[in-house]
Amino acid sequence: MISLAGRDIMHSWGKFVFTGMGLGLLIGITLSMAGIYRGMVDDAKVLLDNSGADLWVVQKDTLGPYAESSSLYDDLWRGIRGMGGVEQAANITYLTMQVGKQEGDVRAMVTGITPGGPGTPGWPPHLVAGRQMTRSHYEAVADIASGFKLGDRIQIRRTQYTVVGLTRRMVSSNGDPMVFIPLKDAQEAQFLKDNDAIRGQRRRTAENPAFNRPDVPGLFDAVIASQTTNPYVNAVLVQVEAGHDPEEVAESIRRWKRLTVYTRSQMEEILVGKLIATSARQIFMFLVILSIVSSAIVAFIIYTLTLGKIREIAVLKLIGTRNRTIVGLIMQQSIALGLIGFVVGKISATLLMAPIFPKYVLLQPLDSVMGFMAVVMICVLSSIIAIRAALRVDPAEAIGG
Amino acid sequence: MKKLPFQKRTLALIAVLVPLLALFVYVALRSGPLAPVSVVLATIENKSLSPALFGIGTIEARYTYKIGPTVAGRVKRLNVHVGDRVKAGQVLGEMDPVDLYDHIRAQDATLKQADAQLNEAQVRRDYAQTQALRYEQLLQARSTSEEVVATKQHDLLVAKAGLTAAREERSRVRAEREALGAQRSNLSLIAPVDGLVVSRDAEPGTTVVAGQAVVELIDPNTLWVNVRFDQIRAQGLAPSLSAQISLRSQAGEQKAGRVLRVEPLADAVTEETLAKVVFDQIPDPLPPVGELVEVTVTLPTLGATPIAPNAAIHNIDGNLGVWQVTNGALHFIPVSLGIADLEGRVQIREGLQVGDQVVAYSENTLNEHSRIHVVDHIPGVTP
Repeated sequence: MISLAGRDIMHSWGKFVFTGMGLGLLIGITLSMAGIYRGMVDDAKVLLDNSGADLWVVQKDTLGPYAESSSLYDDLWRGIRGMGGVEQAANITYLTMQVGKQEGDVRAMVTGITPGGPGTPGWPPHLVAGRQMTRSHYEAVADIASGFKLGDRIQIRRTQYTVVGLTRRMVSSNGDPMVFIPLKDAQEAQFLKDNDAIRGQRRRTAENPAFNRPDVPGLFDAVIASQTTNPYVNAVLVQVEAGHDPEEVAESIRRWKRLTVYTRSQMEEILVGKLIATSARQIFMFLVILSIVSSAIVAFIIYTLTLGKIREIAVLKLIGTRNRTIVGLIMQQSIALGLIGFVVGKISATLLMAPIFPKYVLLQPLDSVMGFMAVVMICVLSSIIAIRAALRVDPAEAIGG
Repeated sequence: MKKLPFQKRTLALIAVLVPLLALFVYVALRSGPLAPVSVVLATIENKSLSPALFGIGTIEARYTYKIGPTVAGRVKRLNVHVGDRVKAGQVLGEMDPVDLYDHIRAQDATLKQADAQLNEAQVRRDYAQTQALRYEQLLQARSTSEEVVATKQHDLLVAKAGLTAAREERSRVRAEREALGAQRSNLSLIAPVDGLVVSRDAEPGTTVVAGQAVVELIDPNTLWVNVRFDQIRAQGLAPSLSAQISLRSQAGEQKAGRVLRVEPLADAVTEETLAKVVFDQIPDPLPPVGELVEVTVTLPTLGATPIAPNAAIHNIDGNLGVWQVTNGALHFIPVSLGIADLEGRVQIREGLQVGDQVVAYSENTLNEHSRIHVVDHIPGVTP
């Protein structure tokens, strides 16, 4: 038996394939939107993965360091390091700011990491070029998304740093690329005001008779010195010793150090459930609307395709073709259209759309499978309207007007 | 001929659909999470390693001289300005004597008075001596009473005591006069060494308390760098190691120096080890005191040893190790690390052999089951 659908497609295959491609671009956008949503959640997760920490110790009663600001004294890690079940403890600072390069600047999350070596919590876990930092000052490892290259000199506050290494997919929960610099420099960058502000501060202190007393030489200098230090960090990253339950270790730090401690799952809950919740829901709503619009368009296309063939269908009816054959014709065509659309959509989403989006687009295989099933379902459902119209056609139309 | 258009159409359709399908399969398998991870391999090499330490510090003067009066007073004049070079013994300025010269004149007069009083006492004693002698002779001739002689001898003793008192009084007055003279010379602010004026803290007319600095001198030949090394990266720091000093104002220009001493007291708050580094030759022009410098201290070179790039080192479940590639398969090999240099190379003490292939760079985080795709450089990195 010859396939009616196949014969019909062959009859005007160019039109059919181009309709399928148009549909494909629409499906591609829908898939990309799903990818953007997944990418947002993934951004939050890689931030946690890349820190290499099991526990985050932050200022009491804050949701720091990512969702809220948190500051701790930079010598607290020593006490935490000494607690049972703690393998490593390392200070870390985060500061999202504009990082200057030769021309213009880039929004980046500047991360101050404790000197040590590769494998210290907070250090970039893998590089794509260059090397890890070896000097305890004025070196930087930047994410490739920032556009920096090896050997670039970048400006953070008044200091220039040399980019010695590049990473990939090291981003903040907002998708800003991370720039790693030594902790002491980062503490200074967080605190250090511009030179005008420092001069102004010195002048104000000098004018305060309580600090600038002629009979106590040296007091003024001591006050100035105490004003220009920053003994704070944003969090302490803790790696738990093998064989210890992170929650138990967290509980003992909470109890004895009176600090707030988050485990990996709690941190994920904060990032995904609180920090990016609204924007993720926004994207999700877009996804839903786009899916509805896509399915409506698929339904329209198939309906018009069928209406275009209404005379041929009437002839088929006239020569006594069974309804099943006509239903099969329309449904097969509709599914074929969906298949072409999905293939084109998947290709365009992966090769064309994902790379041009400024934010990370994560196309998961499971999403593609679900997208495929949804496309087939929508095609089947929307062909039903066309089938109703085809079955209702009067065979007399074949000879009439 | 009837069949030809149909075949043409079929061919065209196949020409469109087959590449599309092929592209789809490629996209599904070669991108996204199913794709193999691009990695760049590095070979463990047997090379010598020149470790070095990196620290930052500020230029400081080893000797600073704060020159000021020893008593409270008013500054009369200052001869030097900031930046002037001065010689040892040069007068830098003077304090206002106020009424010191009047005191000196009064003291001169008092000294003369004391001289006169001394003369008077001498005359008294001479007279008393003559009298005592005469009455003794008269007593021998029995022409006077013993009582009168005793009185004369008593007068002589009193006159002698008066002379001693007058002499001591004169010494006292002269000493006081000398003290005033010393005070007068102390009014001059004198440079103790050859040096450079770095600060002029009080202008003429200012009243300063005792000990307050009016002029500050440094010895420019003793400039050194107070360097801070992070304790975690200060292993091997020792006196007389050679150092490269790079001034913030002259980035890229290296000046030779050496470690003079490592401070026995470390900074407990900042977790830094302190050291003093001296220039082999004091730079000319003189760098400003307080300028930031970067110091690289070269440690003795290590002989040939297995070396890996530090980008290859990963921490998996608390173990430091590398991803070794054998026959295209990944294995995590724990290693023990030795010394590292500043160029990102690290000595492998145990765990790997020379010639082993390890993953230096990877596109994503690796695990035992990752499929890898070896490339020259990770896509997106401009070589």
